[in-house]
Amino acid sequence: MTESRHPAEGRNRPGPAGTSSAGTKVLGLVTIAGLVTLVLFAFVFSPADTDLGETVRIMYVHVPSAIVTYLAFALTAVGSAVYLKNRSEFWDLLAWSSAEIGVLFCGLMLVTGMLWGRPTWGTYWVWDARLTSTAVMFLLYVGYLALRRVPGEGEVVARRAAVVGLGAVLIVPIVHKSVDWWRSLHQEATTLGQLDPEIDGLQYFTLFLGMAAFGCLFVWLVMHRFRVAYLARQVESSGLQAAIAERRAEAVGDGSAAESRQTSTSEGVSP
Amino acid sequence: MFRDAALVFGKDLRLELRSRVGLNQVVPFAVLVLVLFAFALDPDSGVLTRATAGLFWVAVLLAALLAVQRAFSVETSDGVADALRLSGLEPAGIFLGKVGSLAVQLIALEVVLGAGVVLFYGADPTGVGLLVVTALVATLGLAAAGAVYGAIAAGLRVRDTLLPLLLLPAVAPVLIGATQAFEAALDGVPGDGWPWAALLGIFALLYLAFGVLMFGPLLEEA
Amino acid sequence: MNEWPYIIGAWAAVSAALVAYVAWILVRGRQLSRQVPPEERRWM
Repeated sequence: MTESRHPAEGRNRPGPAGTSSAGTKVLGLVTIAGLVTLVLFAFVFSPADTDLGETVRIMYVHVPSAIVTYLAFALTAVGSAVYLKNRSEFWDLLAWSSAEIGVLFCGLMLVTGMLWGRPTWGTYWVWDARLTSTAVMFLLYVGYLALRRVPGEGEVVARRAAVVGLGAVLIVPIVHKSVDWWRSLHQEATTLGQLDPEIDGLQYFTLFLGMAAFGCLFVWLVMHRFRVAYLARQVESSGLQAAIAERRAEAVGDGSAAESRQTSTSEGVSP
Repeated sequence: MFRDAALVFGKDLRLELRSRVGLNQVVPFAVLVLVLFAFALDPDSGVLTRATAGLFWVAVLLAALLAVQRAFSVETSDGVADALRLSGLEPAGIFLGKVGSLAVQLIALEVVLGAGVVLFYGADPTGVGLLVVTALVATLGLAAAGAVYGAIAAGLRVRDTLLPLLLLPAVAPVLIGATQAFEAALDGVPGDGWPWAALLGIFALLYLAFGVLMFGPLLEEA
Repeated sequence: MNEWPYIIGAWAAVSAALVAYVAWILVRGRQLSRQVPPEERRWM
């Protein structure tokens, strides 16, 4: 994290062995405490719902997953926009890290939604507006991650991924609107619409506890994932430099051999 | 910007007229898709007639993928991309030109496919006004989104597999909206279809604006 | 209908996915840290 490097820290102080720092360690402990409390509230303290019965307990992970998903994708959009503006590696990596975490939580939201739907609606998947548009959103960001994994194009991929990351937030509302409209011709089932009115105080509290704990988890994950991405890029660029240096040394040592190898590789790579 | 757009538009269409890749490959492919649907869905059960609108637009989407790939592969071969950058054309103009030529090709394709569903699926074209307007705005949106994601995938080694993954979820609203509007027209209740045409119009405008803004960074030198 | 298998399943899926992802991040971070000089990785 080049921008956050603290000048006060002496040069003699060794770097940490991994991606943890004092900040993320504290945050990690808070997150674990929050998640343990969430489990207690979700399974022990909070009552079954009058409408939904015991399945309301799925909501305590489903809804926070949804919140984190939207948070993550919004952060990806912000990162993409800022990257396109000032081309800073920080925002590029932040957008990428956030998108990956968003896809993870989006997948969890879908899985928990389906596991909730089976006992509630009697089937894993209904073409419910929310479920369907979430699936499309999931695929949009899977495409983003696929683009990010295109090897060896560096800056070009970063720029194009930023366009995808920004475009995705434009398209998500339209997808949602169209699916909503499309499905409302047939039924009007939304998952939370039914939950809201008769919700009990303790259930509300558990839901918010879940959001808070998952929010902390999200921040922790983004920080660590960002650092991993940053390290990976350092390794990549140092590897590239080493390869160039090696090639140069070869060229100096044995001009004709290096030259013939160069032409053969360039032929192999060209499309 | 519009002058540059006209230049690119003319160039792409001339290229297309000379090579006839669209006519010789993309159109037959789309017709083939219609035949495949008939194999997959029992033609005697009436499913084809009831699902005509959706099947038509799925065939258009699949053929559009090929057209988009084609529109950008002609740019990335032989350093044409560099030539285009050096030509001093405005990126926004290049984008609009691409959208225009893609839209014209897709419209031509839709005419052929439309004749195909009338002939093969026994569709009865009623509500022609709604059909035409829907086809136009849906095609514009499809072409705009196609140009954006085509440029994103262009030149990458994995472009052929990446483009469908990026483009198809993004144009999901086009498939839904155009299918619903077509169904309304074919069912003789065009009043239900116009809101969908409006949604398609918003989609098209959004993607046009997005492409105009984003084509600069997309075409930039590596 | 017994709902508990679905509730446990949902929580188990979430827990497993999160634990696996966190473990992957931490392990990968340690692997990469070894290849990067310490002055390049001072975190906040």
